[in-house]
Amino acid sequence: MLTYLVRRLILVLPVAFGVSVICFLLVQIAPGDPLTAIMPVDATAEEQAVMRAAYGLDKPLPVQYAIWIGNLLQGDMGKSIATGRPVASEVFGAVQNSLLLAVSAAIIAFPIGTALGFLAGYFRDTWADRAVTALSITGVSVPNYWLGIVLVIIFSVNLGWLPSMGAGPGGSQSWAWDWAHMRHLILPAVTLAVVPIGIVAHTVRALAGDILTMDFVQALYAKGMSRFDVLRHVARNAAATALSVMGLQLGYLLGGSILIEAVFNWPGSGFLLSNAIFQRDLPLLQGTILVLALFFVTMNLIVDVAQAAIDPRIQRT
Amino acid sequence: MSKLGKGFSALATAAAVFCGTLAQAQGTLRVGMTAADIPLTTGQTDQGGEGMRFMGYTVYDSLIEWDLTSADKPSVLIPGLATEWSVGEDELTWTFKLREGVTFHDGSPLTAEVVVWNLDKLLDDTSEQYDSRQAAQGKSRIPAVASYEAVDDLTLTITTKAPDATLPYQLAWILMSSKANWEALDKDWEKVALQPSGTGPWKLTEFVPRERAVLVPNTEYWDETRIPQLDELVLIPLPEPNARSAALMSGQVDWIEAPAPDTIPAMEGNGFVISSNAYPHNWTWHLSRLEGSPWNDIRVRKAANMAIDRESMMPLLGGLMVPAKGFLPPSSQWFGNPEFDPSYDLDAARALMQKAGYGPDNRLAVKALISPSGSGQMLPLPMNEFIQQSLAEIWIDVDFMVVEWNQMINLWRAGAADPAVEGAQSINFTYFIQDPFTGLIRHLDCNLIAPNGTNWGHYCDDEMQGLFDQIKTTFDPEEQNAVLQKTHEKYVNDALFLFVTHDVAPRAMSPKVKGFVQAQNWYQNFSSITMDE
Repeated sequence: MLTYLVRRLILVLPVAFGVSVICFLLVQIAPGDPLTAIMPVDATAEEQAVMRAAYGLDKPLPVQYAIWIGNLLQGDMGKSIATGRPVASEVFGAVQNSLLLAVSAAIIAFPIGTALGFLAGYFRDTWADRAVTALSITGVSVPNYWLGIVLVIIFSVNLGWLPSMGAGPGGSQSWAWDWAHMRHLILPAVTLAVVPIGIVAHTVRALAGDILTMDFVQALYAKGMSRFDVLRHVARNAAATALSVMGLQLGYLLGGSILIEAVFNWPGSGFLLSNAIFQRDLPLLQGTILVLALFFVTMNLIVDVAQAAIDPRIQRT
Repeated sequence: MSKLGKGFSALATAAAVFCGTLAQAQGTLRVGMTAADIPLTTGQTDQGGEGMRFMGYTVYDSLIEWDLTSADKPSVLIPGLATEWSVGEDELTWTFKLREGVTFHDGSPLTAEVVVWNLDKLLDDTSEQYDSRQAAQGKSRIPAVASYEAVDDLTLTITTKAPDATLPYQLAWILMSSKANWEALDKDWEKVALQPSGTGPWKLTEFVPRERAVLVPNTEYWDETRIPQLDELVLIPLPEPNARSAALMSGQVDWIEAPAPDTIPAMEGNGFVISSNAYPHNWTWHLSRLEGSPWNDIRVRKAANMAIDRESMMPLLGGLMVPAKGFLPPSSQWFGNPEFDPSYDLDAARALMQKAGYGPDNRLAVKALISPSGSGQMLPLPMNEFIQQSLAEIWIDVDFMVVEWNQMINLWRAGAADPAVEGAQSINFTYFIQDPFTGLIRHLDCNLIAPNGTNWGHYCDDEMQGLFDQIKTTFDPEEQNAVLQKTHEKYVNDALFLFVTHDVAPRAMSPKVKGFVQAQNWYQNFSSITMDE
């Protein structure tokens, strides 16, 4: 197991390097100018040149990359061009908020998706299966930002039950696990949970359905095992694949909630990323993408290790 | 005084004190801004007009300010931290008398030396207090300034590079931060950002980047009429229009900037108040005047202006627009009396096009740069499509080149001759047109042809240049106004732009918000506002 872990960790290094190069190059390819965010639109060419030099944007790209990666290795992610604040504090603060949202959505989505998937898989080709399939396809197909807007109209504007935006009365810095703050989490978390509910339900349904038709399940029944115990075996067999899907979904939840965070004004990494894109705030953009990409890589690593722990055959591949 | 009289007097005093206490306890106003972040708090703000509106003229003051007290007439300059100013016989040296007894929020006094320190903060990159972020915002606003000097505690001189009568307008941009506060915070602007100190009517007490800023009244403010009546003003960045509307309608904020036009009927139906007023903003097509541009023909320019039925465009914007009659809004003090009326007249427009040699069988093809969104751009896609259809009526076929807003700014800075604009002959841009420079000079000055300046279309005309020179050398405000009017008349008579509309700065607010007077200005006064229980 240790060898497997070390091997996987070593593989992370070239991936992280590749990610850093792609992050850097991608944001450079996009048309636009980061100075737009910090200078009046009618600043003269001379004033722009002075500012460009001050931010090191006049240097050749390889030099800019070398400086960036050099600073990064020393733990310095630079400063946001638009705000002047350290990228590290901006990104990690936002990622923390996104993580809160993503984990909340996962807590809603994964048990519901798993339960629905098992239900559909067990009662395959019945009305329950068809209902769950319809539900999961709907969940995956409905644009979640649209759903978010609809939920806001119903529960915030019309009923006035839940707040429509923000991370609590005093902002995310004063987050507390009380009702005043948690009620801000409900609508975005539910909206964000809809897609993974569909995906997890669909995956578990397929897995459970397939496993239930296998010979060993018939053998277990033949041995006189109870239905519950048989299902436990089915769950164990489905767990490795389901876990990998859930791990990937958690990664998507963290990085893929730009629209949800915009709709709910949630101060997370997606919100940060979208502002950084519009402002061409290159250091912030590079830092955010890099952290999210590395989170994804880390999630994959954790999932791989967890899969290997559940199913030792994986360690041999 | 009799005992009874003394008793009444004491009672009246007690009542006055009680009422005074009540008057100062007028609730919290929560504002949903369009900005994605809290504007820069250290003094010279970022985020354009919105930054100045919410973090500029609230926490800080400038030497000369805009009068924001009236909704009925255009704003004019008034004394701010300077009570009077005059230019010497050399027409270069200006003397400013500072207001006596003004203190910053930290208690330190405002002196001429502090004003010099503030100017160095923006212009002298060798000074200890030079701040590149504030300099990026402020330096380009005071191009006329050559040098400055504190004569005594309350007297300051500023010398300009050349005679420039627009200096007072330039100085209205420059906000004064506290030197003592900066020194107390280890001369670190990052720390000042969290605990800023200005002389303005509001003090910043809480600041969560990207999420909220809380301002409270400065009860010691030098202008008693502008001491805020609210307990708190909370600023919340809400860049997404639907999120802003939902926040207002669900009671999480009391005021939103720029509500989406399609949400306005629902808001009004639910009792929310829509406030709007003309202000110095325009939505135009800036035309290329390079050789070969079809817009070099005045008949084509006039015809295009007369082909747009601006009244029919109003429903598209929920009625929230002022149809353009020129480059400046019709209510502007510098509008003048132009002879050309760009109002809709399809027959006259067609006749002009025919005179210019165009017709159904000889259509004119033009290429126009537009963006799908952007600061102050209103609803650019449907509005441009409306223009495209209107121009097709006079045989002008418009081909759009659509670029994202940030890139649009770059192409605007680059100018019509830059290869990156791919031969586009116009650019749809909205302008801040509040003072003589931003309103008129910068767009058409021969010395500001892009990329050296913002004369995108490479227009250069001796008569216009003469008028610009005259604006700068006419120091009497009344006479200067007359020159500005003459300049604008030439703008309109020569149909130098495609004049389309002016925004009206709509803002939606809860019916609890009372006492707001929407000035015809990019900035607003929040001191008069109270909240009903």
